[in-house]
Amino acid sequence: MTMHKEQWNGFQGRLWKEEVNIRDFIQNNYTPYEGDASFLAGPTEATDALWGELQKLQKEERAKGGVLDMDTEIVSTLTSHKAGYISEEMKDLEKVVGLQTDKPLKRAFMPFGGIKMAEEACTTYGYTPNPELHKIFTEYHTTHNQGVFDAYTPEMKRARHNKIITGLPDTYGRGRIVGDYRRVALYGIDLLIEMKQHDLDNCGYGSMRDKVIRQREELAMQIRALRQMKEMAAIYGFDISEPAKDAREAVQWLYFGYLAAVKTQNGAAMSVGRISTFLDIYIKRDMDAGILTESEAQELIDHMTMKFRMVKFARIPSYNQLFSGDPVWATLEVAGLGQDGRSMVTKTDFRFLHTLENMGPSPEPNLTVLYSERLPENFRNYASYISIETSSIQYENDDVMRPVWGDDYSICCCVSATQTGKEMQFFGARANLAKCLLYAINGGIDEKSGQQVGPEYRPVTSEYLDYEEVMQRYDKMMDWLAGLYVNTLNLIQYMHDKYYYESALMALIDTDVRRTFATGIAGFSHVVDSLSAIKYAKVKTIRNEKGIVVDFETEGDFPKYGNDDDRADDIAVWLLQTFMTKLKKHHTYRESEPTTSILTITSNVVYGKATGSLPDGRKAGAPLAPGANPSYGAEQNGLLASLNSVAKLPYEWALDGISNTQTISPDALGHSEEERMTNLVRIMDGYFHQGAHHLNVNVFGTDKLIDAMEHPEKEEYANFTIRVSGYAVKFIDLTREQQLDVIARTCHDRM
Amino acid sequence: MKEYQGKGLVHSTESFGSVDGPGVRFIVFMQGCPMRCQFCHNPDTWKMEERGNASWRTPQELLQTALRYRPYWGKDGGITVSGGEPLLQLDFLLEFFRMAKTQGIHTALDTSGQPFTEKEPFFSKFRELMQYTDLVLLDIKHIDDEAHRKLTGHSNENILWLASWLSSLEKPVWIRHVLVPGRTDDDGALRRLHQFLSTLHNVKRVEVLPYHTMGVYKWEELGLVCPLESEGICPPTKDRIENARRILAL
Repeated sequence: MTMHKEQWNGFQGRLWKEEVNIRDFIQNNYTPYEGDASFLAGPTEATDALWGELQKLQKEERAKGGVLDMDTEIVSTLTSHKAGYISEEMKDLEKVVGLQTDKPLKRAFMPFGGIKMAEEACTTYGYTPNPELHKIFTEYHTTHNQGVFDAYTPEMKRARHNKIITGLPDTYGRGRIVGDYRRVALYGIDLLIEMKQHDLDNCGYGSMRDKVIRQREELAMQIRALRQMKEMAAIYGFDISEPAKDAREAVQWLYFGYLAAVKTQNGAAMSVGRISTFLDIYIKRDMDAGILTESEAQELIDHMTMKFRMVKFARIPSYNQLFSGDPVWATLEVAGLGQDGRSMVTKTDFRFLHTLENMGPSPEPNLTVLYSERLPENFRNYASYISIETSSIQYENDDVMRPVWGDDYSICCCVSATQTGKEMQFFGARANLAKCLLYAINGGIDEKSGQQVGPEYRPVTSEYLDYEEVMQRYDKMMDWLAGLYVNTLNLIQYMHDKYYYESALMALIDTDVRRTFATGIAGFSHVVDSLSAIKYAKVKTIRNEKGIVVDFETEGDFPKYGNDDDRADDIAVWLLQTFMTKLKKHHTYRESEPTTSILTITSNVVYGKATGSLPDGRKAGAPLAPGANPSYGAEQNGLLASLNSVAKLPYEWALDGISNTQTISPDALGHSEEERMTNLVRIMDGYFHQGAHHLNVNVFGTDKLIDAMEHPEKEEYANFTIRVSGYAVKFIDLTREQQLDVIARTCHDRM
Repeated sequence: MKEYQGKGLVHSTESFGSVDGPGVRFIVFMQGCPMRCQFCHNPDTWKMEERGNASWRTPQELLQTALRYRPYWGKDGGITVSGGEPLLQLDFLLEFFRMAKTQGIHTALDTSGQPFTEKEPFFSKFRELMQYTDLVLLDIKHIDDEAHRKLTGHSNENILWLASWLSSLEKPVWIRHVLVPGRTDDDGALRRLHQFLSTLHNVKRVEVLPYHTMGVYKWEELGLVCPLESEGICPPTKDRIENARRILAL
């Protein structure tokens, strides 16, 4: 039955009025923009004032060791806090309102993932949480973390402790779920409740099986969350029961949907999703009606973006080592093509990129361009220009993702795609395949701890490694690892659903949700090069007094991944396909579809610390190369040879993403500003044309990094943003160790 | 000149070149150079011998490698052969560019011009090479013959003649001038160079390349003394670079 709302006047289409269908609404109403960036407006006075204030707060936050303020009394819920503003005096300037707590940059207390972590986060920064909270979350209520550790097997604990499976979301929120926040704007909460109620009414008639009971409970929780969203908005003086009537309301309503997510979940990634084309429809309608100017439109986008820049969570030191620079992964996508071939670039896609000019570079939101060589040239040029100026954008290949995920997907983490409002993802961190290779050689004994972690298979006993023998043993050890890894994740996801269910996010996703089960690979390039060394050179084992291989001497040259050399790159493809095939053999929780990724984040430093020496020459404790990047110093033939190697990895086998980070010195990119801009576009065109998935682009020289590391106090480095695997960080927020790691990575500067 | 036996001695290749010709380019660095420029940043390419990673490669092999980067070239990129001095291996170059042109690839030759002569068999071959060359990047190290000899060990007479000859051929060239403080940045010389360039009709661009010290380590590795380094000559200042660009602008 077609619904009618006066707020929809002027909008075309039918299907989206009969059911929740944002894609249909967008496709029927958006206006592609092919022009250049000259229409864009600078920051308004209000934007300058608010951003100035926020920068002051950020400076204060840094001066206080990374945290400005923390809540120690109130457990964060949708309605736990009174209204908060960037500044009480200037609150009338804020075109978009809503904070996670009652004060800017004040971190909420979020114990549902684990009380120990919530407490440790406080005490680390000198805050003492109310002891009553401890009592509640240990005596009266089970947390996700508690549930997981109650159920872990000894083998899982050993594997976790020895870091062959690592970065697991068992102490924090799994994140990676993108609520379709646009629904709040288009439909208003009341309609959304009505539809979820309809789903509940029609769920499980006649047969109360586990699945049905759980579905009914989850729907009830979702409906409750929707009601609380209305209360949350009411605290700020808004009634979001009805659809948004204009652009300002659309931006505000949508943001309230996102705010509900970050008030209730402290997931490893809390993405915003694909909102630019959607919002442009509202902005254009208002502009056509003469009630909104370009400057006002930009102000809305700037203020919303400012809010995304403010999202913070209380984290513990070990988490920060894993994911440094305080990231939230408020990933927000622009561009892409529609299924009908039309570009989805609108003026608002330009406006989002333009926030990096109006308010300077920033790691959040994690701005992502869904790239195709068929995007309008003007837009590609502008994105390239902004990349060169700010190093704050990442690129993902729409041409490989669209066939899989359609034309309304979002990026739910750093690089992983998910169909917006139709899908959720079970985030599963990484299996360390480099360590697994050492287990294969050492018969399951950990090279660092000496513990028997893997099964006691026969170890390699010869002095020199034989390729066939190693491959055979590695195959078996990967079998074991894949099984243990999937089962550990099954257990984690079960407990997360049980004790830390994302009701506010799931309320904005279809009830019949498709689930993906996202595994990941760490140490990728090192395994490839190590196997290549064993195959093409001579690798001698060095054993300790207990006979465990702890080091290698490699004689002779061997092909390395990152040089467009098929001998090495074929091993890379083999490794990905082999591990994925092994993962797929196992049952995955809630009938989810297994996927994998090659996208370690800054965690490559921590993972490397726990991993022994490898046959490729990497020494024990040295950082692993991040994501799908070739190893340090392996690239001998320049940037494009390196890109060609990564581009060979088939996206279809790593649907969770293949991240690649490249740093290019501005001088190596071209002489003039215009040359640099078009050359970067050519790089992207060529790379993605070959089916590659993702590219982080940094444009600066090593000298700037070194200077920023030595002089973090310099004003120019306050917002100096760099892209690392899948996300962006402020360089000065990295630990020194990570800074050195970034500096050590190849900077393409040949002239 | 080295006898051509179907292979060229290639010092190295670079998949991503963006400053040696228009657009994104595959750069081939040929081994061997007759010049001994004091500011050379690739002295490891001087000797015509297999050293380091230098290897003998057929034009076919090299083209196959280059073609792997075609997706990045767009409408303006292509292949640049640099060095070393590519004209020392003229036969190889001729074959390589001829093959590249059959594939419709934009070709650029980065040369010091030093081997240029109107003597045979060089001249005929060179004339044929120009049929397959879209752009010449021609270095003019110094306009003054005496200074040029001091700087490079060779006269500039045939190099200037080459420039004029290319002009009569209407072959597009980019003139490149390495700016070394105290050696090649004298205003008078720059003005004379400008005067000379004004007589040419084919100069599409004049590039001032500031001397940099990033190649100094290579001199040391080769057991050589970089004369500029030992005299403590630093890269030119921004002002001097701007000054040179102003004077040389056509």
